[in-house]
Amino acid sequence: MNLRTLVWRELAERPSAMLTSTLAILLGVTALVAIRHVTVFSEREVGRQLESLGANVLILPKDATLQDYYSADLTQQTLPESHVSSILLANLPGVERLSPKLCVQTTIADRPVTLTGILPQSEFQAKAAWQSVSLFSNKHAGCTKAACGPKTYDAAPESLASARSIDQLKDNEAVIGADVAEFSDLQSGKSVQLLGEKFQVLAVLPRTGTVDDSRVFAHLHSVQRLTNAGEVVNAIEVMGCCEDAAGQLVPGLRELLPDAKVVTISQVVLTQVGVNRLMGQMSWFVLVVLVVIGGASVASTISSNVRERRREIGTLMALGATPGLVTRMFLLKAWVLGLVGAVGGGILGLAIAIGLGSQWAGVAVTPLPGLVGVAIVAALTITTLAAWWPARAAAKLDPCCCFQEI
Amino acid sequence: MFRLQDIARVYRKRQQEVVAFRTGRLDIADGEYIAVVGPSGSGKTTLLSMLGGMLSPDSGQVWLGETSLYDLSVTERAKLRRERIGFVFQTFNLVPYLTALENVQVPLYLSGFSPPVQRERAAAQLERVGLGNRLDHKPSELSTGQQQRVALARTLANNPKLILADEPTGNLDPDSRRMVLDFFDELHREGCTIVMVTHDPAAAQRAARRLCLHDGEIVETLESASKDAA
Repeated sequence: MNLRTLVWRELAERPSAMLTSTLAILLGVTALVAIRHVTVFSEREVGRQLESLGANVLILPKDATLQDYYSADLTQQTLPESHVSSILLANLPGVERLSPKLCVQTTIADRPVTLTGILPQSEFQAKAAWQSVSLFSNKHAGCTKAACGPKTYDAAPESLASARSIDQLKDNEAVIGADVAEFSDLQSGKSVQLLGEKFQVLAVLPRTGTVDDSRVFAHLHSVQRLTNAGEVVNAIEVMGCCEDAAGQLVPGLRELLPDAKVVTISQVVLTQVGVNRLMGQMSWFVLVVLVVIGGASVASTISSNVRERRREIGTLMALGATPGLVTRMFLLKAWVLGLVGAVGGGILGLAIAIGLGSQWAGVAVTPLPGLVGVAIVAALTITTLAAWWPARAAAKLDPCCCFQEI
Repeated sequence: MFRLQDIARVYRKRQQEVVAFRTGRLDIADGEYIAVVGPSGSGKTTLLSMLGGMLSPDSGQVWLGETSLYDLSVTERAKLRRERIGFVFQTFNLVPYLTALENVQVPLYLSGFSPPVQRERAAAQLERVGLGNRLDHKPSELSTGQQQRVALARTLANNPKLILADEPTGNLDPDSRRMVLDFFDELHREGCTIVMVTHDPAAAQRAARRLCLHDGEIVETLESASKDAA
């Protein structure tokens, strides 16, 4: 016999009486852990996008809507490919690369994939030579590229994953995403049938965690020819020389292409930033709910437990239990409830965040032990504070109630 | 053992004062067997509570040996009860979710004994009251007589020198009642001091001295003839 046995036996005798408060804590911690995890990873994703794509500008059909930068070109509406030449000829300050894209759906190994036509940079160099223009040579005023160091573009086709443009791509070559390579067992040097034509796999892209993993990239003109789409594209991605360029480029591009929508990555992620802010505030609200509902529930449960066990407490005191021991007995019981609720809520919240994080916010969530720990400590602190008053009330009970019929 | 000096305990209800217990002087010697009798509301339980260090008087002092009980802190009085006093209750007051063995272990745990020692001593006490085959039964699985025997085993677990009993036979069948009173006789012979509150005249007859209470005051003190003879 010890304090743990005493508490555990009583809990085991009437577990249903404690269910409500445990459930209140469990739900509070679940919501807190799930929301905070998704928020943290969503904020990191936004930060990553801003860091890697901050200088980029998207040119889309006027009616296009977009939630995610990486899937911006997955739209039914098109733009004339001639816009690419217009941008090239305008020689706008700050433009470093252009990447027009056209997307169609096809299948590989009986599984649907997105075939994305992309124009390699070598085509621009040829076009510039024909039209006697200096390719992407116009720096904008106050360009910080020099200060940031040279922004180099890797010529390897695998760099498409991060650079979002490709230097060389022949008409019969394809670059495939990591997921496609995995399920179709394709690798560099193998051939693949796309829209009835044979393409050679030039490279397999590294995994990015974006929709690019399930894409196949081929030459823009090959995709236009095989789909009879004509000289159109779904989106033109403009890579700026530095972050300052994006802001300065947008007005020029809007003026140049009035029938197109020009957006920056900041605008694309603005909605997500708003959602993140809302979720951040929501997590504080959940914490308040946890404090109020969970705390009140624990206080109420322990209080009614003390009332029901007055004679038992009096008897224990008559047998020699000190007020300190009686206090510890009820606090330990509250801690058990809090710990079960907090650990259960932590696990459930993690499971929800990992399982639904990608669907809610399009981010991959991994456990943050520190966050789970903070939630558990918070729940235990609330439980302790809530149980303190009724536990002290139990310790101050008149031991003479052991003689009374209750 | 006990000396009560100028004790008064008064309850106030609706601006009226009711004397729960009052005495100029009451001495209880070591090894005495005392029955406290009287009608309901006469102050029997108040006296027992004060002797047990659980109810401080409004005035006066309660001495247990050389210790003034109510000059001790609440925690010190709890420790003193644990070491020196055993309680027997009318309704047994067993902890319902603990087995017979665990109920008897409680005072041993409170006294700081290790779990193996607790189990060994508790089992021996239950054996002593004839419940060696009911160690793992919960109170609800025992008859009222068996429950009172578990309560007795719990009372005796720490070998107290003073037993305070509140109507110990009030809820018992004749056989169990006789068994409990025989037990008290045995403890008295072993040197225990017993103060027993009772409504049962036959039980009171077993005590060496009877304190008759009325309206919170000791109105008569009777010495038992049989005990005198003994």
